[in-house]
Amino acid sequence: MAVEQTDAQLVSRCRAGDPDAWNEFVERFSRYVYAICGRGFRLSQQDAEDVFQEVFARAFERLSELRSDDAVRPWLAQLTRRLCIDRLRLIARDTPSDAEPDEREVDDVLAQLDDAMAVRAALDKVGDPCREILDRFFCRDESYRTIGDMLEIPAGTIASRISRCLEKVRTELDGRSRASRPS
Amino acid sequence: MNGFDEEQIGRLLRLLPPAPEGWVRAAQELPAARAALDELVARAEQDAAFRLQLRADLERAVAAAGYEPSPFIVSRLRQLLEAV
Repeated sequence: MAVEQTDAQLVSRCRAGDPDAWNEFVERFSRYVYAICGRGFRLSQQDAEDVFQEVFARAFERLSELRSDDAVRPWLAQLTRRLCIDRLRLIARDTPSDAEPDEREVDDVLAQLDDAMAVRAALDKVGDPCREILDRFFCRDESYRTIGDMLEIPAGTIASRISRCLEKVRTELDGRSRASRPS
Repeated sequence: MNGFDEEQIGRLLRLLPPAPEGWVRAAQELPAARAALDELVARAEQDAAFRLQLRADLERAVAAAGYEPSPFIVSRLRQLLEAV
């Protein structure tokens, strides 16, 4: 299994100026920020790109202001949310509409994305080849044939591999859930 | 957050597709962009002609100075120039 680094450890390395840490930070949270822009606020690609870059620019500049390194994910979510709202208000100023989404809907999407990030962390812990197979199938929407070709494994075995990998992720999630439960 | 079955795990994974590679790369290059920005700001503070070039056509002046006019550099320089 892959060695997993907590969010707090990663933030701490970023603050210490570790040159690889920022790359890992962007890698870890890019999907999350992208999903908030797209699923939470339904921004166009152009607007989502602007917000995405601004989120990471501000995160880079203000990481030292974060009170608790553990709280980086909610901090990023809040930052992204605020910048998405600003962007929608700017759009509405130029093209009046009722573009601003319902707050409760956004809260629901963010809660789902938090669950998705927990699953993602479990998948990272399980590591390759499961990570790559499940990522290609579920996140990149690739066919069995494409996955088989790319990973040089028979396409006919992909379905059973996906099933086994999902089982491993579930076991990892169950283990985490047991570990975090008070005894 | 626990007790997900395999179907739910698949559904949740689908919620997090990768961000476009170019966006991720640009965000990863922020430390280098920050260093370039600091150099550009220092030059603008010392060189009145460069400041005029920046005000006239910011992106062209940045490129002419040998830096990539990334959205981060352009937006931060614009903010600084507006504040002066």
